[in-house]
Amino acid sequence: MTIEIERHKYDILVIGAGGAGLRAAVEAREAGLRVAIICKSLFGKAHTVMAEGGAAASMGNVNENDNWMVHFRDTMRGGKFLNHYRMAELHAKESPDRIWELEMWGALFDRTKEGKISQRNFGGHEYPRLAHVGDRTGLELIRTMQQRIVALQQIDKAETGNAESNIKVFAELTITEILKEGGKVSGAYGYWRENGKEVLFEAPAIVLATGGVGKTFKITSNSWEGTGDGHALALKAGANLVDMEFLQFHPTGMVWPPSVRGILVTESVRGEGGVLTNTNGERFMFKYIPDVFKDKYADNEAEADRWYVDQDNNRRPPELLPRDEVSRAINSEVKAGRGTEHGGVFLDVSKRLSAEVIKKRLPSMWHQFYELAGVDITKEAMEVGPTCHYVMGGVEVEPDTAAAVGVPGLYAAGECAGGMHGSNRLGGNSLTDLLVFGRRAGMAAAAYVKSAGTTQVSQSAVQAASLRIQAPFTRTGGENPYKLHQELQEITHNLVGIIRTKTELDDAIVKITELRKRIANITVSGNREFNPGFHLSFDLDNMLLIAESTAKSAVLREESRGGHTRDDFPKMSTTWRQINNISSFDGTQVNVSQQPLPVLPKELFDLFDPHELEKYMTPEELAKGGSN
Amino acid sequence: MARKLNLRIWRGNKESGALQNVIVEANEGEVVLDVIHRVQAEQLNDLAVRWNCKAGKCGSCSMEINGKPRLACMTQVSSFPEGEEITITPLRAFPVIKDLVTDVSFNYKKAMEIPSFQPPVGMKPGEPRMAQVDVERSQEFRKCIECFLCQDTCHVIRDHEENKSSFAGPRFFIRIAELDMHPLDILRNRKKKAQEEHGLGMCNITKCCTEVCPEHIRITDNAIIPMKERVVDEKYDPLRWLGSKIRKREGIL
Ligand SMILES: Cc1cc2nc3c(=O)[nH]c(=O)nc-3n(C[C@H](O)[C@H](O)[C@H](O)COP(=O)(O)OP(=O)(O)OC[C@H]3O[C@@H](n4cnc5c(N)ncnc54)[C@H](O)[C@@H]3O)c2cc1C
Ligand code: SF4
Ligand code: SF4
Ligand code: FES
Repeated sequence: MTIEIERHKYDILVIGAGGAGLRAAVEAREAGLRVAIICKSLFGKAHTVMAEGGAAASMGNVNENDNWMVHFRDTMRGGKFLNHYRMAELHAKESPDRIWELEMWGALFDRTKEGKISQRNFGGHEYPRLAHVGDRTGLELIRTMQQRIVALQQIDKAETGNAESNIKVFAELTITEILKEGGKVSGAYGYWRENGKEVLFEAPAIVLATGGVGKTFKITSNSWEGTGDGHALALKAGANLVDMEFLQFHPTGMVWPPSVRGILVTESVRGEGGVLTNTNGERFMFKYIPDVFKDKYADNEAEADRWYVDQDNNRRPPELLPRDEVSRAINSEVKAGRGTEHGGVFLDVSKRLSAEVIKKRLPSMWHQFYELAGVDITKEAMEVGPTCHYVMGGVEVEPDTAAAVGVPGLYAAGECAGGMHGSNRLGGNSLTDLLVFGRRAGMAAAAYVKSAGTTQVSQSAVQAASLRIQAPFTRTGGENPYKLHQELQEITHNLVGIIRTKTELDDAIVKITELRKRIANITVSGNREFNPGFHLSFDLDNMLLIAESTAKSAVLREESRGGHTRDDFPKMSTTWRQINNISSFDGTQVNVSQQPLPVLPKELFDLFDPHELEKYMTPEELAKGGSN
Repeated sequence: MARKLNLRIWRGNKESGALQNVIVEANEGEVVLDVIHRVQAEQLNDLAVRWNCKAGKCGSCSMEINGKPRLACMTQVSSFPEGEEITITPLRAFPVIKDLVTDVSFNYKKAMEIPSFQPPVGMKPGEPRMAQVDVERSQEFRKCIECFLCQDTCHVIRDHEENKSSFAGPRFFIRIAELDMHPLDILRNRKKKAQEEHGLGMCNITKCCTEVCPEHIRITDNAIIPMKERVVDEKYDPLRWLGSKIRKREGIL
C-alpha cells in the first residue's frame, strides 16, 4: 500500500521549540538558511515556559566581583567535577552576551537601582547571578524568542512576500524517526497530532532540542512533553548518550494535595530567605553540610541569617546548598520520621518577608499555593519534597559545535544534550545553557549544511518509518498505553529513584525489559484524529529506552555523586570521577560502556585552589596539574 | 475524600458533535484536568484535550467549564457543588478540531500582523539602563501565557466570525500596549495603528476579557483604556504626542 505523504525540504530541521530550539533556529536563519521548527505542542508552550527562578550569567551587575571564572568554578563544583570542562567554560564565558542580546529583542528583565539587569542568589552560585523576571523567567525567554522569530518572519514577508519562506513552525507535529543515508542525516519522519497524517522532512542537518525525560518518573515537575524523545531518537540514529544515571531531583516539589504532587516550588523561595524545617521545628539543613562545602556554608542560624544582609562577611545558609544535597537531606528527614503526614517537610518564607514583598517577588508561587493547595504562603509554611526535575545525562556532543558524536549532520542542544552539568546542574544554568549551545548548534549546523550539500531520502527508509506509525492501530495485543506508562513510572520511582542499590537496579532492568516486550502489543482505540492514546504509544517507546539507559548506567556507577546516590556505595570515588558512562543502542537493547572524561587543561585547572581539588582528584591527577 | 462526578463532555469534530455523559471519580484537591485525564485513561482513551504544564503556566488547557472560559488545570473540582453536573466544552470562538481541542491559529496570524519591537538604532547589547518602574508597566502585559481565554470571551468575535479579519482582540491589544510602553521601543504610531488597523475602536470596554484572564492582567484598565484615551489626545494635540515619544527615548539614555 502506498499512502500519500506530505513532504518538505529544508536546510535545517530544529526539533523542539523550547529555549534551545528557538535560539538555534534564529541563528540558522540569520546564517541565511531555511529552517523548519518542529514541536509537539503549540508554538510558545514548550516546557521552557515553566522555568521560574532565572538565567545564570556572570554579568556582575549586583556584585562586581563576579566573572566567568567564578561562574565556571561554581558550575564545576555543582557538577562535582564530572562536567565536560569545555562546555562549562563556554557557558560561563558566553552567558552574559546571550542575556544582553535578549534585551535587544525586547525582553524586560527586572532591574537594579542603577537600571541594569537585576541578579538574584541561587543555590551553588557564589554571587547573585540569576537574571530574572519575577518568577516567570522561562516565559520571558520563550516569548522573547518566539517574538524574535515572528520579527524575522515579518522581514522575510517584506522581502519575499511569504512570511514562512525562511522559517516555518510546524506545531503539534511529533517526530518519530531520524532518517539517515550513508551514515549521514538525511531527514526526519513524523505525524501531525491533529489528524495523524504522516510527514516527511528532507534535510541534511537536524538540531535536537527536545528537552528532558521527567515523565519517565511518577513524581516530576516536567510537562507531558518531557518524554525523552530526542534522547531516544539520537540513540536510535546511532548517537551516544552520556551519563544517563544523573537525574536531578529538585528538593522542593509540592506534596499535597496528591493531584499537584511534583509541581515545582522554585528555588527562589529559598534564595529569598525561605527556611526548611522538620516536624520538630528544627532547621535541619545545618546537619547536612558535606565536608567539601564546609567553608562556604554557615553552620549556625545566626550566621545564616546575617548572610541575607551582609554576604561579604558571612557564609551562606545551608538551604542554598546544591540541589542534590538538599534533596537527600529532605529524604533522610522524612525517612527518619520527621516528615509531615504527606511525606514532606516545611518550607517557610512568611517569617522573613512581609506579605507584600512575597507577593511581589514570588507572585506565581503565591498564586500556585493559593489556588491549588489552599495555602497562603504569606502566612503559612509550604509542604515540600523532592521531585524529578532535570536530566543531566544526554546526547554526547562536541562542546564547540554541539555536534552529536558519531552522526554527521546531527546536533543536540539544551536539556537533551549531556556533559555540561556533570553530575548535578546548578539552578539557573539551564536557561543560559539553552541560549549558549542553542546558538552554537544553529551556527555549526549552518556551516555543515553549507559544506555538506544535499542528501536524498530512500524510499525504503520512508516505508519503514511509516509502518511504525501505522502499527498501533493494526495490532491486537490489547495492552493499554496509559496503564503501561503507569507501570513504568512505578518501576522508576521505586527502583531507580533518589536512593539506589544494586539489587533494586538489577530488578528494574529485568522489569523494564519485560515492559519493552509488552509495548509491542499496545493497541490503540479510536482513529488518528487528535488521539492521545496513539500519541502516548510513541512517547512510551522513548521513555522505556531512557529508563533502560538510566538503570543500566546507574548499576555500573559504583559511587554516589550529584544526581546519583547509591546506598551500597555512599561515597564519591576518584576513579569514577574520571569516567563517563556511554549508552548506545544495538537495535534491541541499550549497552553501556566506559570512556575517560576529558581532563581539565592547565589554565582551567589553575583556577582552583589545589586544596579544593584534593577532595575530588587522585594524587596523580593533582601532581599532573591539568592536561598540558 | 473521593467523590463521584457527573461530567458532560463535548465530543466530536469539525463535522458534528454532542455532549457525552460520563461518571468519574474525583479525589480531594483535584482539578478538572485531573478528572479529564482519568476519563481518558480509563474510559475514553482517545478523548482529545490540550495541556502541557498542569501548573497554570503555559496556557494550553483552555476550555469552557459550565460555559465559562477557564484553565482546566487551575479549576478545582471542589469549586462545584456536590451533585452538580459539570459541562465541559471547547472554546467557542475558535473552530473545533476534535473534542476539547480547537484551532487557535487565528491568534498566531494576529501576532504576525503586529509590528515587532524596534530598539534604537546603534544601541549595543548590555547598554540599556531602565528603571524598574518604567519596565513594570510592560512587564504586566508580558505575564500573558497566551491561553486566549480573553479572545474567546470577547463578544466582538465570540459569535461574529465576520469581525475576525479586522479585530486583533484583547491579547493583542496588550501586546501593542506593551510595546508602546516599552522604554526601548522607538516605533511610532502604535496606538494610532491599534485604532485604525487592529480594531481597537470595536472594543466597547465591557471588561469581560479582564475578568477571565488567569494572570489577572488588567487588560482594559491598563492597556485598552489608556490607549483609547491617548489616541483621542494625540488626534488633537500633535505636540503632546511628540513629547511622549521624546520622553520615552530619554528613558534609555
Ligand atoms: C518547573 C521548572 C522550573 C525550572 N526553572 C528553571 C530555572 O529557573 N532556571 C533554569 O535555568 N532552568 C530551569 N528549569 C529547567 C529548564 O526549564 C529546562 O531544562 C529547559 O527549559 C529545557 O529547555 P529545552 O529547550 O532543552 O527544551 P524544552 O523547553 O523542554 O522544549 C522541548 C521541545 O521539544 C519538542 N519536542 C519534544 N519531542 C519532540 C518530538 N518527538 N517531535 C517534535 N517535537 C518534540 C517539544 O514540543 C518542545 O517544543 C526548570 C524546569 C522546570 C520543570
Ligand atoms: S473590553 Fe473590549 S476587548 Fe475586552 S472583552 Fe470587552 S470588547 Fe472585547
Ligand atoms: S491576556 Fe490573559 S486571558 Fe488573554 S491570553 Fe493572555 S493570559 Fe490569557
Ligand atoms: S496545562 Fe498549562 S496552563 Fe493548564
